[in-house]
Amino acid sequence: MNMSAFFAGLGRAVVLMLVSAFVLGPMLVTILGGFKSAGELRTNPFGFPQNWQTEFFSSILSDATFWRFLGNSLFISLVSVVLTLIVAAAAAYVFAQIRFFGARWLQAYLLLGLVFPFATAILPLFIKVRDLGLLDSYWAVILPQTAFGLSLSILLFKTFFEQLPKELFEAAWVEGCGYVRFFWRFTLPLSTPILATVGTFVFVSSWNNFLLPLVVLNSRELYTWPLGMMQFRGEYVVEWNRTLAFITLTILPSVAFFLAAQKYIVAGLTGGAVKG
Amino acid sequence: MSASAPSPARRWRLDDRTTAVVLMLPPALLLFTLFVILPLLDAGYYSLFKWNGYGAPSEFVGLDNYAQVLGHGIFWQSVRNSVIVLVVSIVVQMPLALLLALLVYRQTPTNAAFRLVFFLPYILAEIASGLIWSFVFDGNTGVAAGMFAALGMKPFFILADKDWAFFAITVVVVWKYFGFHMMIYIAALQGVPAEMIEAGKIEGAGRWQIVRHILIPQIKPALMVSGFFAVVGSLQLFDVVIPLTNGGPSNSTHTIVTYLYAFGLTRLKVGFGSAVGVILFLAAIVVAVAYQRTLNKEAAR
Repeated sequence: MNMSAFFAGLGRAVVLMLVSAFVLGPMLVTILGGFKSAGELRTNPFGFPQNWQTEFFSSILSDATFWRFLGNSLFISLVSVVLTLIVAAAAAYVFAQIRFFGARWLQAYLLLGLVFPFATAILPLFIKVRDLGLLDSYWAVILPQTAFGLSLSILLFKTFFEQLPKELFEAAWVEGCGYVRFFWRFTLPLSTPILATVGTFVFVSSWNNFLLPLVVLNSRELYTWPLGMMQFRGEYVVEWNRTLAFITLTILPSVAFFLAAQKYIVAGLTGGAVKG
Repeated sequence: MSASAPSPARRWRLDDRTTAVVLMLPPALLLFTLFVILPLLDAGYYSLFKWNGYGAPSEFVGLDNYAQVLGHGIFWQSVRNSVIVLVVSIVVQMPLALLLALLVYRQTPTNAAFRLVFFLPYILAEIASGLIWSFVFDGNTGVAAGMFAALGMKPFFILADKDWAFFAITVVVVWKYFGFHMMIYIAALQGVPAEMIEAGKIEGAGRWQIVRHILIPQIKPALMVSGFFAVVGSLQLFDVVIPLTNGGPSNSTHTIVTYLYAFGLTRLKVGFGSAVGVILFLAAIVVAVAYQRTLNKEAAR
């Protein structure tokens, strides 16, 4: 029995180590690769660099377009978060709090977005955005991605709002507090956990979004960082180390953000998945 | 709720209710209709025309676009590739995720660290993950180059090889997404009552028997959710493929969405691309309906 427990423990450790190496290996060679010379990258792709070259990092960091890419992504993501939180929470509040004719139908309608992939309507969406005169603007990314995030956000908000104590509303109602005021004064302040979860979820998917900006943005000044990175890769196709430095600089904020907000990210992704 | 309201204020309250509905619901309805539902309906409409996107669609071609898509060898290659992703997700990724979930679901600091590590790829942008792996696979300067050199072999460019490039893509898909499935299982495993496992142990069940007869049946809903996500995910795979192969070599690694992008969007063949979109939509609906049915069957049991 002791023997078998020992081997089970050993097997467990081996599996965990192997998978960790599989997961972290590519990230580590990427981070280290940005510090290596082209020659060393070829002869020593795995180990630490013999002399740490920082020229690629400093040249990228001193390049205004790099910051421009990050700034664009940040702006688009923040506006999307704010817009989603307000619009989705308001709609979910109506469904959770007010019974009216057609409510079920409207709710089913708004949840349709859970079913189909974003790409199905990408071409007509491009035409729509163009006809609205939004092409090549921040709004061309913000509005469609907010719209596509609504279904999941509304679902998460509604589930949460329904768990808030009903007595609270009844008391406020007797005091003469209306629905809209109650939403601002009580529902939203009581819902910070779910606001954080949905907000984080929207932020991460916007920050990483590639297809939509690729389709609706043309000018370099508006590029989000994934577009900028692909363009950078195209420009320096033979200089892997330069590209690796670029990747490192863009994934570090993601990793830092993840470590800081992991609780909400995991809750949003798995909680939404399990309930959905 | 309004039924229990004191009657004097009732009329005013009803108005207040209407105000709330009229004020708070339309923004969501408007955004959703404009940018989700209308484009979807448009896709159905445009798919009946030959149209380059300029002026109004006028050249009605009936179901010609669909015939063209369904008669295109590369489209079927992309369908095959999407099915391969799905099979790999179910046969390799989900069992791997389940194994790891079973190994680290208990609440200890080491387990928490491993969970974090395994979930990390999921948080990275697809596009960054694709680029990282295209370096790993690079036969000239990448990690693959180093490995082949160490083994004294000639470098092999897996991403440029028609037979193996898509295999390489599935490796990246597993790397990127197994942590997500693992997290779903962990959330479910932590909800399994400890008494059930204790009861099993008392009855003399071994490690494997507990997993097989207690834990797996208990987390069946989570397995189904993750299966659903695997299907949806394989239908819409795009970002990862672009930096790795961009659909090449000779169009052998397209997924349905990269196919739509390359043959519909970049050439602005709106009708043709919309037809691909509609087919993708129908596939998603079939999956959703099948999933709902299985859920209902499970619930009826």
